[in-house]
Amino acid sequence: MADVNVKINGKDYTVPAGSTILEAARAAGINIPTLCYLKEINAIGACRICVVEVKGARSLVAACVYPVNEGMEIFTNSPKVIESRKMTLELLLSNHRKDCLSCVRSGNCELQKLCHDYGIEDEYAFKGAENKYDIDASASHMRRDNTKCILCRRCVAVCEKNQGAAVIGANDRGFDTNIGCAFEYPLGNVACISCGQCITACPTGALYERDDTQKFVDAVNDPEKIVLVQTAPAVRVGLGEEFGYPIGSIVTGKMVSAIRALGADKVFDTNFGADLTIMEEANEFIDRYKNNDNLPMITSCSPGWVKYCEHYYPEMIPHLSTCKSPQGMFGATAKTYYAEKMGIDPKNIFVASVMPCTAKKFEAERLDHTAVEGLPDIDVVITVRELARMIKKAGILFNMLPDGEFDSPFGLGSGAGTIFGATGGVMEAALRTAYETLTGEELEKLEFNEVRGTEGIKEATYTIAGNEIRVAVCSGTANAGKLLDMVKSGEKQYDFIEVMACPGGCVNGGGQPIQHASVRNNYDIKAMRAAGLYEDDRNLPVRKSHENPDIKAVYAEYFGKPNSHKAHEVLHTGYTPRKKY
Amino acid sequence: MIRSQVLICGGTGCTSSGSKVLIEEFENRIEENGLSDEIKIVRTGCFGLCALGPVVIVYPDGTFYSRVQKEDVAEIVSEHLLKGRIVERLVYSDVDEKVKDEIRHVSLNDTNFYKSQKRVALRNCGVINPESIDEYIAMDGYAALGKALTEMTPEQVIQTITDSGLRGRGGGGFPTGKKWSFTAANKADQKYVVCNADEGDPGAFMDRSVLEGDPHCIVEAMAICGYATGASEGYVYVRAEYPIAVARLKKAIEDARAYGLLGKNIFNSGFDFDLFVRLGAGAFVCGEETALMTSIEGNRGEPRPRPPYPAVKGLFGKPTTENNVETFANVPQIILKGAEFFNSMGTERSKGTKVFALGGKINNTGLVEVPMGTTLRQIVEDIGGGIPNGKKFKAAQTGGPSGGCIPASMLDIEIDYDNLVAQGAMMGSGGLIVMDEDTCMVDIAKFFLEFTVDESCGKCTPCRIGTRRLYEILEKITSGNGTLEDLDKMEKLCHYIKDNSLCGLGQTAPNPVLSTYTRFRDEYVAHVVDKKCPAGVCKNLLTISIDADKCRGCTACSRVCPVGAISGTVKNPHTIDPAKCIKCGACMEKCKFGAIVKK
Repeated sequence: MADVNVKINGKDYTVPAGSTILEAARAAGINIPTLCYLKEINAIGACRICVVEVKGARSLVAACVYPVNEGMEIFTNSPKVIESRKMTLELLLSNHRKDCLSCVRSGNCELQKLCHDYGIEDEYAFKGAENKYDIDASASHMRRDNTKCILCRRCVAVCEKNQGAAVIGANDRGFDTNIGCAFEYPLGNVACISCGQCITACPTGALYERDDTQKFVDAVNDPEKIVLVQTAPAVRVGLGEEFGYPIGSIVTGKMVSAIRALGADKVFDTNFGADLTIMEEANEFIDRYKNNDNLPMITSCSPGWVKYCEHYYPEMIPHLSTCKSPQGMFGATAKTYYAEKMGIDPKNIFVASVMPCTAKKFEAERLDHTAVEGLPDIDVVITVRELARMIKKAGILFNMLPDGEFDSPFGLGSGAGTIFGATGGVMEAALRTAYETLTGEELEKLEFNEVRGTEGIKEATYTIAGNEIRVAVCSGTANAGKLLDMVKSGEKQYDFIEVMACPGGCVNGGGQPIQHASVRNNYDIKAMRAAGLYEDDRNLPVRKSHENPDIKAVYAEYFGKPNSHKAHEVLHTGYTPRKKY
Repeated sequence: MIRSQVLICGGTGCTSSGSKVLIEEFENRIEENGLSDEIKIVRTGCFGLCALGPVVIVYPDGTFYSRVQKEDVAEIVSEHLLKGRIVERLVYSDVDEKVKDEIRHVSLNDTNFYKSQKRVALRNCGVINPESIDEYIAMDGYAALGKALTEMTPEQVIQTITDSGLRGRGGGGFPTGKKWSFTAANKADQKYVVCNADEGDPGAFMDRSVLEGDPHCIVEAMAICGYATGASEGYVYVRAEYPIAVARLKKAIEDARAYGLLGKNIFNSGFDFDLFVRLGAGAFVCGEETALMTSIEGNRGEPRPRPPYPAVKGLFGKPTTENNVETFANVPQIILKGAEFFNSMGTERSKGTKVFALGGKINNTGLVEVPMGTTLRQIVEDIGGGIPNGKKFKAAQTGGPSGGCIPASMLDIEIDYDNLVAQGAMMGSGGLIVMDEDTCMVDIAKFFLEFTVDESCGKCTPCRIGTRRLYEILEKITSGNGTLEDLDKMEKLCHYIKDNSLCGLGQTAPNPVLSTYTRFRDEYVAHVVDKKCPAGVCKNLLTISIDADKCRGCTACSRVCPVGAISGTVKNPHTIDPAKCIKCGACMEKCKFGAIVKK
């Protein structure tokens, strides 16, 4: 596209035609604050914090949506602009519950930061009616406190556009406008998939995960309990952000040390669970492929996706792999094989998962296919944010910790397990194992680049042992919906599909550290975190699930072989059709 | 053979004052008198003089009966229709004495209300049966569409509209021809025409009247617009609260389809056009063009940022031309009679006529259509018949809740788009609310603002929270708790909301406050500094007391007082306990001696 000449704050710039004022200013090294704008997700010009003056315009314009044109003169910093932004903040504060000191987002709140940046002197500049709302605590993974909502609608946009669930929207109007479900139903009663993308989109403390840290603390302090902690692949690349590390840093060693310092008896790696999943799932796929049984087979490790499938595509449930997720397989193995091996009563084993995910909290509460009857596979799920809070509260100086090692026997995870955390990773891991299982030959090149990358939908065809295997990978459940529609209509044929509920996969999960829009609008955090995981994979000694010695041991000692009767009892599960409305 | 026609208004106003019963009664009486073959009853659209409804006009003489009741029908039938004797007691009589002397039967056009009017948009309202496509065709209906399709190119149609000087009648006054040319210039596989019939200004009902009285002119105009801009489909977005309008519009569309005036290959020209009706749920903001389109698309009616403008990306993301009902109502006449017919009326930059809905403290409430440039005084005093009860004119609010007020000193301004804006008011859709000396300007600003606070969609911060805070400041002032700092804050907030809001609703919401504050600053100061409401409206700032010299001790006041605030013995002056008084004014109404005063 051609370029246009604009003047910003008196200086001339040439910017691409079709840019918004926000983008043009950014290219010119000028930051314009935003609240409701979230790149590629929400551009509605509603909050008005990004207003600028444009010469000749009747009123101030919203930089996030207003396109530049030739000769435009823009003022991003005039007294009128600054006064207006201040007043917008003062008005937002006038209907915002200002309990900042006790707010979960204190110190990481976009509204708080802007108030600080703009030097708000009187947070009560406008006094008047304030809306009162009860906290919606009906869902098993999160809370909504509308007294802190500033109606930016980033949650609404992400739920509709990225996740295709659209279970929240604006209710009522004017001053009484509030975000919630249709007919003001509680979130727990609608077809929410628990992905938590709304939480990471929220600029304030209106949305937050259900805090389960006390359950962990109680277990650690219970002398009867053996606390086993597992950490998901994407946690090691997310946690560092909470402690000032650059996005994409791998902090596996410090993470292990910190969890140990919090009082865990053993710290294991969910990568082991992921490797177990690959053993089961790759073999399940080979069987189903050979028997043409409910193809395409679709992965089931993302609990947000599984819930989406149950609500929105219940007719596709037979296509889901029956494998439990890596978290579930770990928990089930811990309470059976590990309990037997160590001679511990499974009742006294407390499995805590650290996950980049809020839907894992929901998954942990599915109790119909647990490995030990009457016991949950997982006792508590802690998100990355909750773990960081516990570390800070315990006074652990994360950055100064030595690098620890995972415990044995579930401490060894392959590179294939690590890349589960990025979209395409499960597919690549499964292909590494399926290839070698089917051909009996060693893969020369482990990277399946066609299924890597952050695009929403990717597809590829591989010829393995003379079989054409058509695969697709998608992330963001809205893309899953699109893909399934194409499969259902016959427009596309696949044998194996990987779906991750969150765009980009677990690296961008709803339980990951929250990055402000000012970061997300300028950096692709999911790609940066995924790059960290692929780097980790490259550096690991074992990069294929079936070569993991811990995996070999667990099959030799307990399950026999993949998809054995015992494996089915412990490691596989079933699904329930759920209503959309 | 039909020798006489009885036109009975079937608009919303007259229907609610009983015209439906009247029609049945006329039918029965006419049949009783054996006149069914000679007299025809026509249920028309609105005549405009709603305050005097139900309205009945008898042709060929054109006698204008007002406030006709069921009991009057027998007399009209037996006297007028049978014997040719006018029932004088029912004849509307607000006419010059001279005229009265000259002609015995007063016709509609002789009345003071009608004689200065010039009806273009409303030309068929009250004249034809709106449910008869044949009557519309008999009044040159669809001739303009025929002319456009068979004799003119789309460019010529747009040029004619541009030359006529027609500007949007819905609020902003954007030149219609220019708007059409923008859409025409954009290439797309599908384009749309949208008619905004989501009339929302309190008191304005010209769009309803056109749809009720002459629905085919909208169908015809939209088809012309479709031809000019390259659109093959149109939507009329009309409020669900207008059931008569909706029914007649739907019938008009069906009849036009049946006559081949909508559908494929209209007039054998190769031009296809069809129309659909969508009902709005009554949100004021849906009158804003982008919110309206969002609502038609099936979403919550909220405005979206512009650009992109509808001419580029409108309904369903396609180039769209959106005009309001009154704008469209002018189009067939302009095409048929030429641009000059229209641009010969009006002022330099505002051509043609404008319909106003007269309301408030005025004798003749109703709809009037006058050439642009008519003075406010002519409308209020001549056509509107002045203020009731001999009160003085204080101000007129134009443009509804988005407009501003024009004070008595400006009564002689010529009304057009630019003059109104220069006065801090606006044309809006043409609501004109007259206020007399008993009106408190702070209270009236609060009244209009309350409307926009209620109707804010809640999308942008300035409108959602800002208007509410502004309203709270006005509440503080009218309750006697305001300070001079509040006035400064109020003014600052007004300018902030104007500059920062996302759509026209928010950008104009502070207008009533700003315009009254500019024109009647003294009243604001009196509320804040003296703690007085000069017009005697704001209850908290009033005291009601009894003038001991005038009081005769009749006890009427103390008996009517609902809170027992008045004490006194018979034949001795009474007193009011201000601590108990709720200022309801019941005592004032009861006192025969004018002894009770409000200050």
